[in-house]
Amino acid sequence: MLLEKVEEISGENLYACYQCGRCTAGCPMSGEMDLMPNQIILAIIRNDESVLNARTPWICAQCYQCGVRCPKNVDIAKIMEALREIKLRKNVNYIDVRKINRSYPQIAIVAAMRKFTG
Amino acid sequence: MEYGYYPGCTLKTHAKDFEKAAIEAYKKIGIELKELDKWYCCGTVYSLAKDNIIYKVASIRNLIKAQQQGFDKLVALCSMCYNTLRQAQEFMKEEENRVRINSFMDEEAKYEGIEVLHGLELLKEKFDEIKSNVEKPLGKKYAAYYGCTLLRPKSIAIDAYEKPNIMEKLIEALGGIAIEWPLKNECCGSYNIITNREAVVERTYHIIENARRNGAEAIVTSCPLCYFNLKDCQKDVKKHYAGFDEMPIYYFTELMCMAFGSKIDKCEDNKGELA
Repeated sequence: MLLEKVEEISGENLYACYQCGRCTAGCPMSGEMDLMPNQIILAIIRNDESVLNARTPWICAQCYQCGVRCPKNVDIAKIMEALREIKLRKNVNYIDVRKINRSYPQIAIVAAMRKFTG
Repeated sequence: MEYGYYPGCTLKTHAKDFEKAAIEAYKKIGIELKELDKWYCCGTVYSLAKDNIIYKVASIRNLIKAQQQGFDKLVALCSMCYNTLRQAQEFMKEEENRVRINSFMDEEAKYEGIEVLHGLELLKEKFDEIKSNVEKPLGKKYAAYYGCTLLRPKSIAIDAYEKPNIMEKLIEALGGIAIEWPLKNECCGSYNIITNREAVVERTYHIIENARRNGAEAIVTSCPLCYFNLKDCQKDVKKHYAGFDEMPIYYFTELMCMAFGSKIDKCEDNKGELA
């Protein structure tokens, strides 16, 4: 089941979330997302596998603002990582490394490769 | 005082100015940054998957290299390197992790423990030296931009994670005016520049305009990716928003050199392609 997988990879207790939305309020990338961070948690708790096709985990920039602001200390960045990992571990890359613009700084390129390829 | 110094890839390519200015300015206030004889990519972003050990190995190997050279403190200037190395340090504080990694990386010396610091942290004890070196007070109004990786997760924050002020103190010590603004610890969009440039362009507009509305004439950072994003995306912002004025972006070490009166030539090859 999805919830179990996410809990195992992230190490987080998703049931601690009471849907206050502070993660979403603090998220600088929420305007780009199709599901808000708190909605992602709810979908996972409901074992809604469609969340695996959401754009949200691929928009997350791992800035940790959500986890820092969470009153229940849920580290949402780890949950986003778990969703990415579930896809990437099936050998489905989110980006084609050959198409990366090589004039960008290394820290951007390596970060994208680590977050978007398996 | 001498510290082990970990440059990371970007300070040797896109952010040469940052490094040159740092070495020069730190020398003036009595800090010697001694580059490690051998270092590798830190991995850039810390892996958050509980079972992903392999992505942590690169950072830990760097910590071991520093330890082998006899350092007990390792300084990074790049905010992303700092974050990754520092989180690796925290990871290795756990007995279970240390035993596991030490036996997995049996080709390396055993990790015993090292303290990872960011260059800004070293300045906390150096304000007298900084002030006495100022020859040309900055004068202008600056917005200190911390971004994410110096402050979060909060276990590795170099300063108060919601309201840091170490860079503001530096700006004031250098004779500049540090403005207060709400977005100083917000993300620039980071590696979204690779996959979703438009989103970073919007972030750039939002961040720069907020700094400007709060009185800033320039933005100061310590992250080469924030620096790149905010600088590079301004040309796109100009196309989207008529009347947008460019905002200069500086590394904090460049400000130090400017105020100290050191002449640092801008690198011509700062934007070189990957070799």
